[in-house]
Amino acid sequence: MAKERCIIVGASHAAAQLAPTLRQHGYEGSIAVIGDEYFLPYHRPPLSKDFLAGKKSIDDILIRPPAVYQKNNIRFVLGLTVTGIDRANKHLLLDDGEQIPYDKLVLTVGARVRRLEVPGVDKKGIFYLRTLADVQQIKAYAGKARHAVIVGGGYIGLETAASLRKLGMEVVVLEALPRVLARVTAPEVSAFYTRVHAEEGVRIVTDAQVAEFLGDGEVREVALADGRTFPADLVIIGIGIIPNTEMAAEAGLEVDNGIVVDEFARTSDPDILAAGDCTCHFNPIYGRRVRLESVQNAVDQATIAALTLCGQPRPYRALPWFWSDQYDLKLQIAGLSQGYDQVVIRGDIERGRSFAAFYLKEGKLLAVDAVNRPQEFMLGKRLIAEGVEVDPSLLRQENFALKGLLAR
Amino acid sequence: MPTVVYVKPDGTRQEVHLESGTTVMQGAVDNMVEGILGDCGGCCSCATCHVYVDEAWVDKVGKPDDVERDMLEFVINPKETSRLSCQIVVSDELDGLVVHLPESQY
Ligand SMILES: Cc1cc2nc3c(=O)[nH]c(=O)nc-3n(C[C@H](O)[C@H](O)[C@H](O)COP(=O)(O)OP(=O)(O)OC[C@H]3O[C@@H](n4cnc5c(N)ncnc54)[C@H](O)[C@@H]3O)c2cc1C
Repeated sequence: MAKERCIIVGASHAAAQLAPTLRQHGYEGSIAVIGDEYFLPYHRPPLSKDFLAGKKSIDDILIRPPAVYQKNNIRFVLGLTVTGIDRANKHLLLDDGEQIPYDKLVLTVGARVRRLEVPGVDKKGIFYLRTLADVQQIKAYAGKARHAVIVGGGYIGLETAASLRKLGMEVVVLEALPRVLARVTAPEVSAFYTRVHAEEGVRIVTDAQVAEFLGDGEVREVALADGRTFPADLVIIGIGIIPNTEMAAEAGLEVDNGIVVDEFARTSDPDILAAGDCTCHFNPIYGRRVRLESVQNAVDQATIAALTLCGQPRPYRALPWFWSDQYDLKLQIAGLSQGYDQVVIRGDIERGRSFAAFYLKEGKLLAVDAVNRPQEFMLGKRLIAEGVEVDPSLLRQENFALKGLLAR
Repeated sequence: MPTVVYVKPDGTRQEVHLESGTTVMQGAVDNMVEGILGDCGGCCSCATCHVYVDEAWVDKVGKPDDVERDMLEFVINPKETSRLSCQIVVSDELDGLVVHLPESQY
């Protein structure tokens, strides 16, 4: 019998976990990873952090060195785009017109940036930030820039603002909603980040609808719908991402704000699996379907997919977590806060730089945002995962040792 | 090149040669040592690279800093010898280092 042939589409966090994990668990078929970027899988998080601020090189951010893939007989085909899936014949269609057969297919195609559709957005000096190529372009251009405008006050926008500030630029963040991080944190946490950015010299402007980019070829100014303008010789847009689901949908796979997968990372076609930012799955801890945008999910779900392919299935039950670094703030988030009915703050969020925000629903802990509070993060992870009932008033008391909350 | 020995809970040993300057976490990731994840890439954010430093090496490896110590307090089964392996940098000094892997990172 010919060897089984596994093809992985998309060469990033999920793929870098999936392919070697297949080997680790004894997969004997051939493994090929096809990616449209020109690099081996690299860590994306540093792109808006250390890498942008100039401290790291490309080799520093590769997830694994090339030797690991060689040793495990994993082939990479880079700079190639898969354009379609012919499920009936089990073939992939490629942008160079070729077709290649697969036995097992894993989609780790991730997400792409949401584009801002306003006049002047194609001027020089306006960038998005998702890939290493994006950052290389930003760095090549940013050398002479003095006035940076960041469009979008999400984690990536705020991290980028902090990194550019470190490089000595004047930085303004324009957020369309009434507060930054509105989709992901409580108002108290948004206010905290707004204050720290102000203390570091970054101006955050909310309720800011970008209407137009002005300038003669190169961007010079950003104009808002209400007429306010901001000087800009560098603009970075970070207004969210869109999962790459079109190819899966065209092939008739179930898609619902992400490629729908079950607890074993299988799509509605048993020979096609998916993992990472492109997927949507039922999370048993929160009792609903979620689409996550995090390294944790990419790595953990890819591991699940590998186990399924190796015939050692294990259901996906990991607790979501995330981190974000800005200035001296190390934010670690455990769980998902959506749907909370109470927030309890531990620590001085109004003046200090270290606190934890606990999100509860009906007395049960949903999530923790911990800033320079690794203990609260670690403990939160366990309390949420173990479903321990907590007394909110204890969480607030700094003199209460949190350890006492763990059932042992 | 210094050698680091990773010992699994079942006693199996995996010996790898690492460049000085890499971390014990990265060494595990690069050599597919099962049981060390290192999801955050080594920025001390995730605590998925917990190891127990072999008693004989504890002094040479040294103590964790505050952030690391706080995280270690709430890993599964913390011990006196617990470290996050992304914070241990391999050097000639540590040639032969033995670390024991925990049952689970979560
Ligand atoms: C600047 C930045 C900072 C971040 N910071 C953090 C952080 O601090 N913590 C955290 O947890 N997460 C962070 N994230 C999110 C994290 O990087 C993503 O969750 C992660 O990259 C998802 O991995 P993935 O493999 O699922 O998909 P992706 O990383 O999106 O990779 C998918 C790959 O597939 C390729 N592809 C898509 N379609 C095709 C096709 N048809 N043919 C060939 N190739 C294709 C894409 O070009 C891409 O290379 C950050 C992201 C960015 C951009």
